[in-house]
Amino acid sequence: MKLRITLLVVLLCLVAAAALLFWPRDRQTGEAPPSLSTAQLDTVERGRALVTLGDCEGCHTVRGGQAFAGGRSIPTPFGTFFSPNITQDAQYGIGSWRADDFWRALHNGSAPGGKLLYPTFPYTNFTKISRADSDAMFAYLKTLPAVPVANRDHKLKFPYGQRWLLAIWRGLFFTPGVYESDSQHTAEWNRGAYLVQGVAHCSACHESRNALGAVRSKNNPSGGLVLSWYAPSLSIPEEAGVQAWSEADIATLLRAGILNGNHRGYTFGPMAEVVYESLQHADERDLNAIAVYLKSLPVGAAQNEPRRVGLAPASIPIVMSNGQQVYKDHCARCHGDAGEGQSTVAPALKNSRIVNMNHSVDAVRMVLYGGYAPGTELNPRPFGMPPFYPTLSSEQIASVLTYIRGSWGNASPPIIPDDVEAGMTGPLW
Amino acid sequence: MLHMRKIARVLGAALLVHTLTLYAADLDTAEQRALPCLPCHGKEGRAGPDGYYPRIAGKPAKYLLNQLVNFRDGRRYFPMMNYLTERQQDAYLAELAEYFSSQKLPYDFVSAQGVPEATLARGRILAKDGDKSTDLPACSACHGDNLLGALPAVPGLLGVSRSYLDAQLAAWRTGLRHAKAPDCMANIAKKMTPADIEAVTAWLATQAVPEGLGPQASVPAPQPVECGSIS
Repeated sequence: MKLRITLLVVLLCLVAAAALLFWPRDRQTGEAPPSLSTAQLDTVERGRALVTLGDCEGCHTVRGGQAFAGGRSIPTPFGTFFSPNITQDAQYGIGSWRADDFWRALHNGSAPGGKLLYPTFPYTNFTKISRADSDAMFAYLKTLPAVPVANRDHKLKFPYGQRWLLAIWRGLFFTPGVYESDSQHTAEWNRGAYLVQGVAHCSACHESRNALGAVRSKNNPSGGLVLSWYAPSLSIPEEAGVQAWSEADIATLLRAGILNGNHRGYTFGPMAEVVYESLQHADERDLNAIAVYLKSLPVGAAQNEPRRVGLAPASIPIVMSNGQQVYKDHCARCHGDAGEGQSTVAPALKNSRIVNMNHSVDAVRMVLYGGYAPGTELNPRPFGMPPFYPTLSSEQIASVLTYIRGSWGNASPPIIPDDVEAGMTGPLW
Repeated sequence: MLHMRKIARVLGAALLVHTLTLYAADLDTAEQRALPCLPCHGKEGRAGPDGYYPRIAGKPAKYLLNQLVNFRDGRRYFPMMNYLTERQQDAYLAELAEYFSSQKLPYDFVSAQGVPEATLARGRILAKDGDKSTDLPACSACHGDNLLGALPAVPGLLGVSRSYLDAQLAAWRTGLRHAKAPDCMANIAKKMTPADIEAVTAWLATQAVPEGLGPQASVPAPQPVECGSIS
């Protein structure tokens, strides 16, 4: 007993020492690359554009609730977070905050009183935002009405509810620091890098995280499994890498939510929300800057992690034949007899990136739940994909996906019914 | 250089309009766009085999639009419908509503066999006359003399399965389904006893739907209750 207490005390001392040692210091260095678009705008308008690019409203608004009043659930491996109210309500929102408080939240992940924030709030990205831009965002939020809606407590698994543990997490994984321009690159590239890494917080979904939920900052081999979807890697051309695309195509996909032509792209799941709520409203020059930066990302190698196949080789011909029948009955009408697709009506499945990705959850969820591309200004009447969970069994869905992944030049491993059932968890997004 | 960029941008925008509309004209239809609705709502908008998903063919377009908007904005809760509608604009949802509203399809016969006479009799009274003692207006006072709905936004009550009707009244009672305030159906459902709900849905679901008729031209006057969704 005595030994245990001694050990505990020693451990606590070590933790405290580590926390002190690694305590992130406020580093207000660096200037944001000059905005190419918003320099002439007044502060509030500039703030509105940044808040839109960050899609703050997306997480901080529950369906049917008032904008920015919080309450949306964010499921994570550590439990469910509920976004807080960030309206001007003094009791529940941030009505009593000053610009310094807002800056500390974005830059340093801490709320007034020193309360440490969970990195579900992507301050690991927002720390790159310049002080002037933080002030502009704050000025814009100040113009919005106060909404007196109480915050919900997060429902976290043990021990993640212990907020003080964040001190250790921050020591390990967080260094505050404003974006610093890279003089090797153009102003447009720097603007794109600043937006992508900072306020647009793309890496919050598009990079894999370690077991403690931190984005792996170096040699990150993978996109991220988030919100029940897989956000494909932006560095790997076989996933969502766009290094071979024209900048105009990249910007169009981000603005329209869909792209036809030599490179075809579709946004769905959480990315459709990002396009609908945020990117389609972004300034054209900012989107172009983002495109320039995304195109320049170093090419990463496709993942070919050994994958549990779970299908006896002898059964593959039977599964393929069943899948072919399901395809003929339910898919060929729109996607074509040989997976060639029909322009924007239905994407090609042959050589499709989503179909062939190592992480199959997106393909599985598209068949299960279907969905429409976002109804953007450039594509206001999108075509959609029917949900098949009401009419097809897990076996049928697995067999048709196995058929699609193994036909017309596609050569990806089979999907088994367990994969389909794994894709049924989590909220639709 | 700057000049070239400008030209490229203009060309890019022109190309964009072209590439986004590059599909065969015969697919550029509301019908093609409505395909994702069919696995649940049935071919051309008739209810599916398990009867829970409602028939949407032939319902007033404004009613269907109201429901799509309610799903999108969180006044009605059904994850699949919330997901399908959440990133679409009013004009597009109205186009889909118009499409299903214009579908005129025969109704299936539903037998009343096995439903007690007394239940059906009580159901008929509630539907056609209402019950002053419990302050319940007749269904027909808003949903039309023949219960086939009233333009622009009141839905018909015939040709819809009993399980669907039961589920909606229950959802209004528990606050899961909402309409624009004042939410008249929520107020009515909360006044109904479980026995009354059982009776009225049993009677409604087993009525033959008159051939060749649709919603009446306007809501009967005077309306017995105030409804935010039809004003």
